[in-house]
Amino acid sequence: MEEIGNPKVRAPQEPVAKGAMAEIKTLIKHPMESGLRKDKESGEIIPAHYIESVKVEYMGKTIIDSEWSAAVSKNPYFSFTIKAVESGPIKVTWKDNKGQSFSAEAALQVK
Amino acid sequence: MYDNPIGITRRAVFRGAGAVGLACASGLGWVHPVQAAAVEDAITEKVGAGALTEGKVELGAPDKAENGTLVRVPVVVNHPQEPGNYIEYVAVFVDNNPKPFVAGFSFLPESGRVEFEVRIKMAQASNVRAVARNNKGQRFGAVKKVDVAEGGCA
Repeated sequence: MEEIGNPKVRAPQEPVAKGAMAEIKTLIKHPMESGLRKDKESGEIIPAHYIESVKVEYMGKTIIDSEWSAAVSKNPYFSFTIKAVESGPIKVTWKDNKGQSFSAEAALQVK
Repeated sequence: MYDNPIGITRRAVFRGAGAVGLACASGLGWVHPVQAAAVEDAITEKVGAGALTEGKVELGAPDKAENGTLVRVPVVVNHPQEPGNYIEYVAVFVDNNPKPFVAGFSFLPESGRVEFEVRIKMAQASNVRAVARNNKGQRFGAVKKVDVAEGGCA
């Protein structure tokens, strides 16, 4: 069984000026199986298993919501920028097509 | 931010890709006759129909990817991101993948700027597209041809 999960969210280590853009980086372990591949030994189709949505929450609001297909790479990296308004957590939630959900947070410090 | 938003091409955007795809080498052996129509349908489904303006979307995908299982796609949309005037949706497409739609992202004005990066699979050389829509329904796009040395099963 392939490793799944271990979600990570990274915010800048130094405080970000209020109103400036902060780059947030995320990473999660996931096979991102398309359902189009065969197992080389058994010849059986490997069932689709991929993250289908990723949500970013900041200041109690969903700032970014996304829909993914299995054409996103295995162990997906996703980074984005967000306007620093106030110090607080940035929470990212990944959900896959089998109903499994993962989330992680990073503290954004705003000066 | 990424260094050097390399090679943003401005040619023949959204006029159709032409090339017909081969099946993913390690896949089921299907031949997917992916035509320009497939990506156009996907764009219309996800982003809506209408005129498409070039120049506001920067697509930083590489000219050539050594490995089609991992192609970095940085996207920046040069458009205000404030209440009443903001990008509400951006999607990424690969013309020659079995399914052209890769991922779509919805934004609020609070994000402040639309800039993100995803890493994607490409079955073979293809046009990669990023298409954005603002809250007034205007669409903006960029396209980049990416060669793939070894295809990833998308």
